Amino acid sequence: MVTENRQENSELLKIRGLKTYFAASGGIARAVDDVSLTLRMGETLGVVGESGCGKSITALSIMRLIPQPPGRIVGGEIHLTGRGDLLSLPESDMRDIRGNEISMIFQEPMTSLNPVFQVGKQIAGPIMHHKKVSRKEAWERSVEMLAKVGIPSPEKRVKEYPHQMSGGMRQRVMIAMALSCNPKLMLADEPTTALDVTIQAQILALMNRLKEEFATSILLITHDLGVIAKMARNVCVMYAGSIVESTDVRSLFANPLHPYTRGLLGSIPRMSRAGGKKARLSTIKGIVPNLTHLPEGCRFSNRCMEVLDLCRKQQPPLATVSTGTGGDHLVRCWLAPAPSKELCDGGTSHSEK
Amino acid sequence: MQKMRNENFKKRLRAFSQKILSSKLAILSALLIFIALVCALFPGWLAPKDPYEQDLSRRLKPPVGFEGSAPGYYLGTDQLGRDILSRIILGARISLLISGVAVAVAASLGVAAGLLAGYYGRKTDLLIMRLIDIQLAFPVILMALAIVAAVGPSLFNLIVVMGISGWPRFARIVRASVLSVKEEGYVDAAHSIGASTYRVMIHHILLNCLSPLIVFATFELARMILLEATLSFLGLGVQPPTPTWGGMINEGKQYIYMSWAVSVIPGVVIALIILSFNMLGDELRDALDPHTERQVMRGFPTT
Amino acid sequence: MFQYIVRRLLLSIPVLIGISLFSFFLVYLSGDPTDVIMPIDATEEARQAFRHKHGLDKPLWVQYYRFCANIVRGDFGTSLRFDQPAGHLVAERLAATAQLALSSLALAVLLGVPAGVIAAYRPRGALDGIVRSFSLIGQAVPNFYLGLLLIIVFSQGLRLFPSGGIGSWKNLVLPAFSLGAYMMALLARVTRSTMLDILRHDYIRTARAMGLHELSVVIIHAVRNALIPVVTVIALMAGFLMGGVVVIETVFSWPGIGRLAVQSIYARDFPVVQAIVFLSATVFVLINLIVDILYGVLDPRISYK
Repeated sequence: MVTENRQENSELLKIRGLKTYFAASGGIARAVDDVSLTLRMGETLGVVGESGCGKSITALSIMRLIPQPPGRIVGGEIHLTGRGDLLSLPESDMRDIRGNEISMIFQEPMTSLNPVFQVGKQIAGPIMHHKKVSRKEAWERSVEMLAKVGIPSPEKRVKEYPHQMSGGMRQRVMIAMALSCNPKLMLADEPTTALDVTIQAQILALMNRLKEEFATSILLITHDLGVIAKMARNVCVMYAGSIVESTDVRSLFANPLHPYTRGLLGSIPRMSRAGGKKARLSTIKGIVPNLTHLPEGCRFSNRCMEVLDLCRKQQPPLATVSTGTGGDHLVRCWLAPAPSKELCDGGTSHSEK
Repeated sequence: MQKMRNENFKKRLRAFSQKILSSKLAILSALLIFIALVCALFPGWLAPKDPYEQDLSRRLKPPVGFEGSAPGYYLGTDQLGRDILSRIILGARISLLISGVAVAVAASLGVAAGLLAGYYGRKTDLLIMRLIDIQLAFPVILMALAIVAAVGPSLFNLIVVMGISGWPRFARIVRASVLSVKEEGYVDAAHSIGASTYRVMIHHILLNCLSPLIVFATFELARMILLEATLSFLGLGVQPPTPTWGGMINEGKQYIYMSWAVSVIPGVVIALIILSFNMLGDELRDALDPHTERQVMRGFPTT
Repeated sequence: MFQYIVRRLLLSIPVLIGISLFSFFLVYLSGDPTDVIMPIDATEEARQAFRHKHGLDKPLWVQYYRFCANIVRGDFGTSLRFDQPAGHLVAERLAATAQLALSSLALAVLLGVPAGVIAAYRPRGALDGIVRSFSLIGQAVPNFYLGLLLIIVFSQGLRLFPSGGIGSWKNLVLPAFSLGAYMMALLARVTRSTMLDILRHDYIRTARAMGLHELSVVIIHAVRNALIPVVTVIALMAGFLMGGVVVIETVFSWPGIGRLAVQSIYARDFPVVQAIVFLSATVFVLINLIVDILYGVLDPRISYK
């Protein structure tokens, strides 16, 4: 399967200071504002946050699929090993990369497939385009891919149309399409959100299995912490366009440092709670700020239970905090424990697991 | 409850006014239509000459600015020496009057039919839908031709024929609106608190489809004007010597070798008016549609 | 799929019945045809003879039954003007009208649809502006007026094309264009807005995410989906065309059914009018049926239920 050297744990994708803004009716929406992260070969990096925090736009920025009239990538760098800064490449090079070195699967399997083309044709298309093989070969590969994603009777299914398939099956088709050209990186934008819980589990297991088989790294975007726990090695928490916490999954759950992360983890409904049956579900008070009118200081300041004056005036930098488990834990909060190293929006190596 | 409804209505009205008044095309179209209306209502004030006055010594003169024109007859004269400009001004009355009344007739019939079909459903609906299909199976011109030929060309007949040609599409719009409102449960909810059938229908359903109806009526006006012009051109509209734009083109077509103005000028006027109604319809539709945040929000992904 | 076709066929039957009723009663809208056709001073015997000859002395429902029975055999009665079978008169002119109608439709589709696609490819661009302007103007200019203008410019002025009659391809150009302009404008507009709508869909995003060139995305993925609503519009054109040929054939003296219709109506030649009305409505129903079937072919969601 793997043709080139995909050295485990070497850097694959490095984003520095990404800024993607949108022209909205109220002003400029800073959907992604100075985001940096690093993803390594063979890793599943989770990006978690609520709707509107900028996680999808980060992924679309990597693919450079931001719709140009309202949106624009205004700054930053996205380094892909072997290709350099994606933001400086000509469009023709990006087309080469899309579906080939980096591919993406989306949230809505019901609408993400073209209703008038057979499933096989939709998978074969990119294969023919990128690998320059004949139609026959591409179709054979489509059947192979359908088998690999666990669709029974693939030779029959390959000629079907999307509306003849269930949501779970369509998502499998999308995964087949995404992996057909053996990409280094797969961006998965809420791949299971629109599916039944049982199907969710199946799709996630499938993704893990294929990740090994194809040696593909995954950037997994979700709002569901449970999915992160199951799938990701490392995780970034995003809020209102910035990364507020970044560490390995175990540390995040064991020792969340950012008040937002703590709020997220605290708001997970549990069967038994301190306070007995009558305890209310804890929520984070307030609402996400309008992206066109972001506060001067920390973006979470208007909802934070531990807010200080400083928080309202100045945005904290994303700083590294040694936690003692050997891994690097980054937090964007004035209240974080004394940082041993302070880096400007730096992403450093995560420990091996 | 009533107060909330009024406030909501005022807000929507304000949003609409803002949008429509900011559109240059809408203002231009409205202006042209207004001018035509003034011509239709007060031709006596505006027309420089008597539209019926003939003088064969003055026939087929070109508009002012071209060689051989007659002073005072700004757009030239027709084959009987009558002033084209004055005839066009008077012609506005016929064209706009016929079209306006025809649309009103079509709208009334159509709305009533649509309400009945949508509300009572089943057999009534089936019957009305079949009628619509049958009527739409007839090319309008042919049907109008056939009927007018049978009953004779007169103002009244023309309005009736044109009105009948228009009801199906109004009915479809209203019926679709009724069906969607029915599904939403407003009707049942109102019924359950004791509102009478009449109230339910008028208040909830009509208010819902008012916007698409207004937009459609604007386009229908354009279509009716075109239809009237075509029928007049074929000689089945209002008869001479009453001037109508289509009729003037018809009369002038034998003389295009001698004078282009008689046929060409009324055509320009027709095209301008139809264009105005179409553009106004487009702008109205954009202004009334709450989904159209045209400016820049399109395609804004939410995460 | 077969079920689908059969269902559509069955639904057409009541429509056809309605059409036949309308065609039949058309004659009676102006009163007794006898009074209309016969000169005022005709004697009572002459009137009776006339009535008997044309079967007007039988009860209405009998007449209707005979009307329908005859239609099925293709017999529409005898033309009052030419004393030939009405059906024949219509059939003779069918080819000419078909030629005109199909040419103008072809023109409209071959020019209008690509224009709409090109305009949607780069919205708010220069080409888009041009297409939209032409579209607006094309829908506002009456087709008979356009015909006259074309005659003035190209026939009279430039002497490039004849102003009437049938003959070589040169005779076809101006009439086809006059008839097709409105449809071209409408098709361009509908294609453009449909394409713009489709280009916002998720599956277009997927195609782009797979690295396809924007051109492929538009032409292969988007257009294929746009065909479905565009075909609907083309079906609507059929009705417009039928009305349009009447006018255009008159302007250009084109020897087709449209011109025959106008002349027959003036002359109160009812058998011919009935024949034309019934036939055109039937053709329209047929076209709708074909379009419905085309739907089934173009949209797999319908046929693969």
